[in-house]
Amino acid sequence: MPPSALVEIRDLNFTYDKRPVLQGINMTFPRGKLVAIMGLSGCGKTTLLRHVGGVLKPNKGYVKMDGQVMHELDQAGLYAMRRKMGMLFQFGALFTDMSVYDNVAFQMREHTNLPEDIIHSLVVMKLNAVGLRGAQNMMPSELSGGMARRVALARTVALDPMLIMYDEPFAGLDPISLTVIGDLIRRLNDALGATSIIVTHDIQESLKIVDYVYFMASGVIVAEGTPDELRANQTGFVRQFMHGEMDGPVPFHYPGADYRQDLNLRA
Amino acid sequence: MERTTLDLWVGMFVVAGIASLVFLAMKVGNLGTYNMSNTYELHAYFSNVGGLKPKASIKDAGVLVGRVVSINLDTNRYEADVVMHIDKRYQFPKDTFANILTSGLLGEQYIGLMPGGDTEMLKNGDRIKQTQSAMVLEDLISKFMFSKAAEPAATK
Amino acid sequence: MAFIKTIRGIGHRVINAVWRIGVAARFFFLTIIYSGNSFRRFNLIIKELFSSGVMSLIIIIVAGLFVGMVLGLQGYETLKRYGSESALGVMVALGLVRELGPVMAALLFASRAGSAMTAEIGLMKATEQISAMEMMAVNPIARIVAPRFWAGVISMPLLAALFSAVGIFGGYLVGVVQIGVDEGSFWSQMQAAVDFREDVLNGVIKSLVFGTVVTLIALFEGFDAPPTAEGVSGATTRTVVTSSLAILMLDFVLTAIMFRGA
Repeated sequence: MPPSALVEIRDLNFTYDKRPVLQGINMTFPRGKLVAIMGLSGCGKTTLLRHVGGVLKPNKGYVKMDGQVMHELDQAGLYAMRRKMGMLFQFGALFTDMSVYDNVAFQMREHTNLPEDIIHSLVVMKLNAVGLRGAQNMMPSELSGGMARRVALARTVALDPMLIMYDEPFAGLDPISLTVIGDLIRRLNDALGATSIIVTHDIQESLKIVDYVYFMASGVIVAEGTPDELRANQTGFVRQFMHGEMDGPVPFHYPGADYRQDLNLRA
Repeated sequence: MERTTLDLWVGMFVVAGIASLVFLAMKVGNLGTYNMSNTYELHAYFSNVGGLKPKASIKDAGVLVGRVVSINLDTNRYEADVVMHIDKRYQFPKDTFANILTSGLLGEQYIGLMPGGDTEMLKNGDRIKQTQSAMVLEDLISKFMFSKAAEPAATK
Repeated sequence: MAFIKTIRGIGHRVINAVWRIGVAARFFFLTIIYSGNSFRRFNLIIKELFSSGVMSLIIIIVAGLFVGMVLGLQGYETLKRYGSESALGVMVALGLVRELGPVMAALLFASRAGSAMTAEIGLMKATEQISAMEMMAVNPIARIVAPRFWAGVISMPLLAALFSAVGIFGGYLVGVVQIGVDEGSFWSQMQAAVDFREDVLNGVIKSLVFGTVVTLIALFEGFDAPPTAEGVSGATTRTVVTSSLAILMLDFVLTAIMFRGA
């Protein structure tokens, strides 16, 4: 099999309410790799992920997954494609009316006709992989944030997807959970032979685990490279972002009228 | 919650609901007392039905024996054609008399049957020949007034 | 200028309202289309029957009992003036079976189960559970909306019948047991006056219509709610207000169609 990319994004443009959100995005996600998309809040990362999932349709360009253009698929084709994907939402998005066990078993019950004892084995294996086999009878409301994220991870990989997407997997976690989740993301990707896309603004944690990074700012790609290349990169934006500096190419002040004018001062 | 407990509660809910429906139909409504399948049909012409309505009761000696099904105007005779369904348990002679009566002073109107002495019985689809129309209040009053008006002249 | 502004404001509102009705109609249509799965896996509906039907039982029974007892008291006071206390059973039964049973049960259902449905679905949306389901290639309308819809449609006539039955029992308690109206005439006059098809069945049809409308409004509001705390609470309020108004207006329309001239 040629080392073709699992997901290709070519010249993707998306406009929301006349406001351009994505402009001419080109990205490639090779099979088996862990790729991070980083950038500031509101730079269009989540929108990009929604295009990969086929939730939004681009104004121009395309997202191609496994040889098929996402926005040209009909409902059935889209659902068939989504079965090959898993997505971890920002706060897990566990089904609050189901136990941990039922959450993980959800897709197996919806999409397969497996007998209940096989589902049981699969669920226990998935939960064991994230270290929460003992919590299978708990309800999502009883879990801590880190545990919920791990259960959601187990649910995401329940059907062994080809592509796993993570929307801010590190948001709001304590340092231990952070390391645990980061480690799990890497290990699950390699164990399943999947391809992963991580949308995040947590630089330190993600640089430790990913193979390639795209930097986005206001809808365009401003930098890309392997973690080592980026660490060496000392140009404006990347440097500001990597080190969390207050002012730089991204200004502290949102563009506005002249300060003195706003204060009604007469010059 | 455990599946079996859930099923039990939902089962109890559905049974209670259906039991209420049956209660409303049989005990509150008339489904238990009035069975449409065991009836035969009789017709009768009335020159005036007054306030008689479909579903009005048909009684003999105060006992409910059937119901009015429909009331139509027969344009050949310009009389009301009343169709009645009578319980099969009750048979009536050919010369039965049908009267439109009122229950109480202001109550609803019903048909009272008065059996005659004929040995032959009315069959399904037969017509009751002798009928008496509803009493209309205006007619009663005018009758009364005319007789009063005529009175002094007669005695004088 | 202000005049034109007002006119424009009215136009904007009307367009918005019509657009929303269109979206709701499409939602209803999709719910029906995607209902197959709920009937193949009936335990989905059973689970929702529990939360919408069983959980509404207490409020329905208690409210029905009291409404029936009040009807018994008031009815007796009124009928006594015309010397027709024996018609108390008729009055209580017709009032409940035709009107109060379906309407009150639907109003209670809207505020008990309807608001809960809206809040639940709104929160599912706010916490991205709906998006998650969509990404798992599971149609949320088929999986979340349709079972709740059918549970509501099934529950409503049963709850209305329970309400009427309990209410008639309440009227019996006050009228016969406490005041001492003749028990025989209470039941026999009731039976003579209440027609199965005309009264009981029409009541059931009413409650079916109410169940459909209330559940649909609740589900649509939840599904349509902005995914914020404010949005969900607003949608919950709208569910109760809109469905209460819809119940009362539809009740008038249905009553006019069903009982006119009878």
